[in-house]
Amino acid sequence: MSARILTRANPSVLKQYLSRAGSSPTFTRSTRAAVPCASIFTLRSPLKPPTGKLYEGHIPISPLQRTILAVGSAFTALANPLRGDMVAALGETTSGIFLNRIRDQMLQDPEGRRILRERPVITSETMQLDTLRQLPDGTFGREYVRFLDDQQVSPDTREPVHFVDSEELAYVMQRYRETHDFYHTLTGLPVTVDGEIALKWFEMAQTGLPMTMLSSFFGPLRLSSEERERLFNVYVPWALENGSTSKLLMNVRWEEWMEKPVEEVQRELGVQPCPQV
Amino acid sequence: MASRTALQQLSRRATALATLAPSRTAGFSTMTKVLHQHNTNSNSSNNSNKDTSSNQAETHFGFQNVPENMKEALVKQVFANVASKYDIMNDVMSGGVHRLWKDHFMRTLAPTPGTKLLDVAGGTGDIAMRFLDYCKETHGDNTASVTVFDINPNMLEVGKERFTKTPYHNTQQVSFMEGNAENLEHIPDNSMDAYTIAFGIRNCTHVDRVLKEAYRVLKPGGRFMCLEFSKVENPVISKVYDVFSFDVIPTMGQIVANDRDSYQYLVESIRKFPPQKEFAKMIKDAGFTVMGQGYEDLTFGVAAIHSGFKL
Repeated sequence: MSARILTRANPSVLKQYLSRAGSSPTFTRSTRAAVPCASIFTLRSPLKPPTGKLYEGHIPISPLQRTILAVGSAFTALANPLRGDMVAALGETTSGIFLNRIRDQMLQDPEGRRILRERPVITSETMQLDTLRQLPDGTFGREYVRFLDDQQVSPDTREPVHFVDSEELAYVMQRYRETHDFYHTLTGLPVTVDGEIALKWFEMAQTGLPMTMLSSFFGPLRLSSEERERLFNVYVPWALENGSTSKLLMNVRWEEWMEKPVEEVQRELGVQPCPQV
Repeated sequence: MASRTALQQLSRRATALATLAPSRTAGFSTMTKVLHQHNTNSNSSNNSNKDTSSNQAETHFGFQNVPENMKEALVKQVFANVASKYDIMNDVMSGGVHRLWKDHFMRTLAPTPGTKLLDVAGGTGDIAMRFLDYCKETHGDNTASVTVFDINPNMLEVGKERFTKTPYHNTQQVSFMEGNAENLEHIPDNSMDAYTIAFGIRNCTHVDRVLKEAYRVLKPGGRFMCLEFSKVENPVISKVYDVFSFDVIPTMGQIVANDRDSYQYLVESIRKFPPQKEFAKMIKDAGFTVMGQGYEDLTFGVAAIHSGFKL
């Protein structure tokens, strides 16, 4: 039996898991929308947005606008880290082919595939924060809600994705942003500037997104020398080691891990809690 | 040290970064959503009624079409959003050239001592300040007076704030009035020596009414002057200007003010405004006497000064 599958994912990735099923379907890369990658073989006019509006909140921008926005948001985010929209814009304009890579890695894992298929969103309703508050102490869900309440933030305050020219990759970006709070709970890193930078090193080892690299290399400029020393002596080695050996956290369906104790979650994912200094 | 600990305290809110979705841009996008709903409703009702004449006249709001009575509210929202960053954005968008334009504008007006000026859409007070400075520096005169008139209270607030830092604060020389340029009901006929409107007239719903009111309040011999964005004739510069307007400006608006939509409206409204000759004709039709062509191009036509006398 043969099936026709239209996808923009990397064919070699798909071949691996499809051949396990026994059948060998044919699949073609969909060419409906422009591939959002920076290859020299896909030269586009720098003044025209490559696609129309693809999803709610999508703002198609031309390559020239993308460059200006990337540079401008980089400087603005560095000067004023409270401009969350600029941090978000920087992440989106620099994501390019790296979101493709993350999506392909998600396709290689059964839980990741399920996430891409079902596309869960994380808001305070879907997470049912009140139910989580009833959980016993030490469970992942309880610690997560405690973290949210301490910092007085909620999962609803994330900036939506605007500048990614693909609906699926926009979801990947959105998921990456939404799961950020879980990383804090998992690793135990505090929400201070150096904690955030350490987490960005961790994410860099995991995802390789340019945004994480920019934050990792330029973020420490804002720290004092003792914070920088602590960052590079303690946090960064921990982050690089754990980020590269742990399971790819984008594949984790966090919603289903809420009732497990934090230590068990850390053990299963291969992450040691961050060293307390 | 103090700033670093302050930063650490601020950084505890690091995950609340994205709460910075300001209500002002939320307001603008809500209004555009209402616009789209209205458009789809009117489209469906037109299809069902087969009625050729629409109940409400439509006008342009940037590249969109909106009912006339909505345009004023939408423009008000735009300027409420941009008011606090208006002057910075002007500098960013024009590279500071707007200051040269306004200086030249004032030198062209060349007010004499004791002139009473009505500066419409005067908002943040650039023209009013230049007027008073010109009279003081050129004539050593303190009797000239200007009424800064604007439809938007936020812009007037910014203007008042700026004037507190000048020697004209709390003097008879400057006063502020809120109102609609299409209906200057509180200003008596034949009372003003000069009327200026800088970068405001393209936002008005009925430009002809604005011109008629301008004619009414000016004294005989009074001068109407308008500084406004206009059409670039040179094709090469026009292309560069288009790229700059549509690619750079909204992006800069997003970076500096987190408001892409308002600046998108601003650049679209420039394209919708009549070109130089047509606007000069509108000024003549309102009763003004124009000298020569009636306009002067600035920066290849990016801006233009139109002038008319009430004789």
